[in-house]
Amino acid sequence: MALIATLDTGFGAWNPVIWIVTMMVALVIAWLIRSRGESVQPPGTEAGKPYLSGNDIPYPEETHVAASNLYWGFTDAMKRYYGRAVPLHTGILTDYVLWYIGVLALAIIMAGVL
Amino acid sequence: MFANLPFITAGILIIIGIVTIVTQHNLIKMVMGLAVVEAGVNLMLVATGYREGGAAPIFTNAPSTEMVMPTAQAMALTNIVIGIATTALLLSFILIIFRKYGSADVRDMRRLKG
Amino acid sequence: MIGEFWSINAPALLIAIPMLGAFATPLLGKMGKTPRNLWILLITALTFATSALLAAEVYTTGPVIYTFGAVDPAVALVSDSGGIPVRIIFNVDAMSAFMALMASVVGLVAGIYSLPSGKMKSGRDGYFSLLLLLLVGILGMVCTGDLFNFFVFLEISSLAGAALVAYRIDKGVAVEAGLKYAFLSSLAGLIFLYAVALLYGQYDSLNIAVIAERMQFGFLDKVALALFLTGLAMKAGAVPMHFWMPDTYSMAPSAITAFLVVSSQASLYGVFRIAFTLYGLRLNYVTVGWFIIILGVLSMLVGVSMAILQENVKRLMAYHSISQTGYMLLGVGVGLAVLGDPAMMESFGLTAMEGGLFHLVNNAMYKGLLFLTAGAIFFRAGTHNLNKLGGLGHSMKLTMLFFIIGALAIAGIPPFNGFSSKLMIYESVFAFNPLLAIIAMVVSILTLASFVKVFHAIFMGPKRGEYAGVNEVPVPMLAAMGILALLTVLMGIFPQQFVDLMIRPAAGALVNQGSYIASVMGGL
Repeated sequence: MALIATLDTGFGAWNPVIWIVTMMVALVIAWLIRSRGESVQPPGTEAGKPYLSGNDIPYPEETHVAASNLYWGFTDAMKRYYGRAVPLHTGILTDYVLWYIGVLALAIIMAGVL
Repeated sequence: MFANLPFITAGILIIIGIVTIVTQHNLIKMVMGLAVVEAGVNLMLVATGYREGGAAPIFTNAPSTEMVMPTAQAMALTNIVIGIATTALLLSFILIIFRKYGSADVRDMRRLKG
Repeated sequence: MIGEFWSINAPALLIAIPMLGAFATPLLGKMGKTPRNLWILLITALTFATSALLAAEVYTTGPVIYTFGAVDPAVALVSDSGGIPVRIIFNVDAMSAFMALMASVVGLVAGIYSLPSGKMKSGRDGYFSLLLLLLVGILGMVCTGDLFNFFVFLEISSLAGAALVAYRIDKGVAVEAGLKYAFLSSLAGLIFLYAVALLYGQYDSLNIAVIAERMQFGFLDKVALALFLTGLAMKAGAVPMHFWMPDTYSMAPSAITAFLVVSSQASLYGVFRIAFTLYGLRLNYVTVGWFIIILGVLSMLVGVSMAILQENVKRLMAYHSISQTGYMLLGVGVGLAVLGDPAMMESFGLTAMEGGLFHLVNNAMYKGLLFLTAGAIFFRAGTHNLNKLGGLGHSMKLTMLFFIIGALAIAGIPPFNGFSSKLMIYESVFAFNPLLAIIAMVVSILTLASFVKVFHAIFMGPKRGEYAGVNEVPVPMLAAMGILALLTVLMGIFPQQFVDLMIRPAAGALVNQGSYIASVMGGL
């Protein structure tokens, strides 16, 4: 049980310890570059403020994006799939039993034929 | 043919039970269907342990040493006990559903879906 | 003295300790809240210790046989039994020990997490009794070497699970979820028992090893196989028999949902045990392997695509459970499909199975963690609706950290444990059929996408007025989440050690049917 062991995945290898060390080094380099920048904005200007095409910036309390608004494009593109998949989840116990019995019948037919 | 009659009856009982479950909409009738399936399975179990002309497997004062298999009967007995627990639990659920939803119809029991 | 007794009777105590705990809990509950909570901690910790002891024994000396009611429990065959085992036998091999260890860890965590009562003040004793009975059911299922015994424990876990799901009646909706779960479980259980009767009528035995040795694979055996596999796959939540799973998981108390994940995986263990050990090489393994692979691929795709739409956080996570089950079915199904080909088995089949089993334990850890964080959010914010939540990252920082760990692990982001097991599945499945590996990767991306949505909706954004008074959850809940988070991280950083220690022997035990038979029947 070596402390540093490489996961053998058959065709490749995965070593999290080396990965973590590499990421730490990368983060340190990133921090070094960042620390060379200006730490404060020049006072008296608007350089530090967000800019939204010249419009007024709404208060953050008003800008919460609700969960149902996310991935609208994805669900809209997949409308044909979802139009079929969602109605299948009827919530009726009879349908649940029927699906189970259906798969069972299919499996028995497969077992009998093959 | 005659020797296989118990097995055929067991199969028919199970099919009757499943048909009851998927065609009836009243929850209590569905539980009844489940009980019929259970009866079919119990018959199947007891039938596997039966032997022509066998006595009950009690050794004290047994008329002959030819006896039916007690293991299958023990299994059927265990299943009956489990079936009672299941039926009681299901019926008590239905009781609460009827009180809260005002209906014991399976098609009305679909507040969880999608 | 007591140590020796404990180690000899570990398989029996594994069942006896939680069962004693379950039936004594109402008694302890009469004495007050603190004794009862200490009792729950003691029982779950003792169960964990017993399963750890048993696992250590199995991994060092090989399978442990425990014959109930025998003079010497380690001997399965007595001289006058005619060469067949007549008693109920617990046959704990590496696979069983691995599952038992996992179940008892999650049982301990669920016990700790449930200690703070929150809004529910009454009826806590029954809750803990049922929790321990669920643990009994799961441990019995994974340890037993007897088909009828398996059925009994399956029913114990189903009934205890259904009662727990319905425990918070919740205007009847939780009862609806419990009713669906109980009804389908009972039907699957009865059909399982019918298949047991089919095998018993032919082979005169209920012992898995004996039936495996005598297996002819005739017509009735094929029918029995179909009955076994579909029933257990339904309990594991494979598409298209998954419909009950989101309903049930979303309405159960969160600690129970985390535990129901393990209960489903015990059913998955049943699928693997039946396919590999009971039928093994006599099986038409290519067909059955592809049947399992197709169920797995369908589960992955349908599970994740339905999850993206959900607005209830626990319902969303439940759909992810379905999709993660798909990965396990895929990995182990590939192993089954190449079971008879030693070259392919050596080249990728075994790795695929190891990946599937590793994913199983990983899923129990991070999925449990995610359900517990959802419970923590409900505990404080009082809703599961993603559209109403928001800005909780300001006040529940530790919960947020645990959620991030769980979400990254389930999405397969390095260095967490989900990545290691998914990598093993991708690479070995790619060698089997590249299309399957690509599907698995796409599903992983969609998983990440939907957890980004959950994270954004719950934790991000400014503080919201309605959650102004929200603060961090009580210490026991944090401790329970912390244990699972720690395990998730540790298994992610040291995957090879876990695979070598537990997963490879477990996969080997599944593949090697002969040693399972020999452990009961002697010989070899």
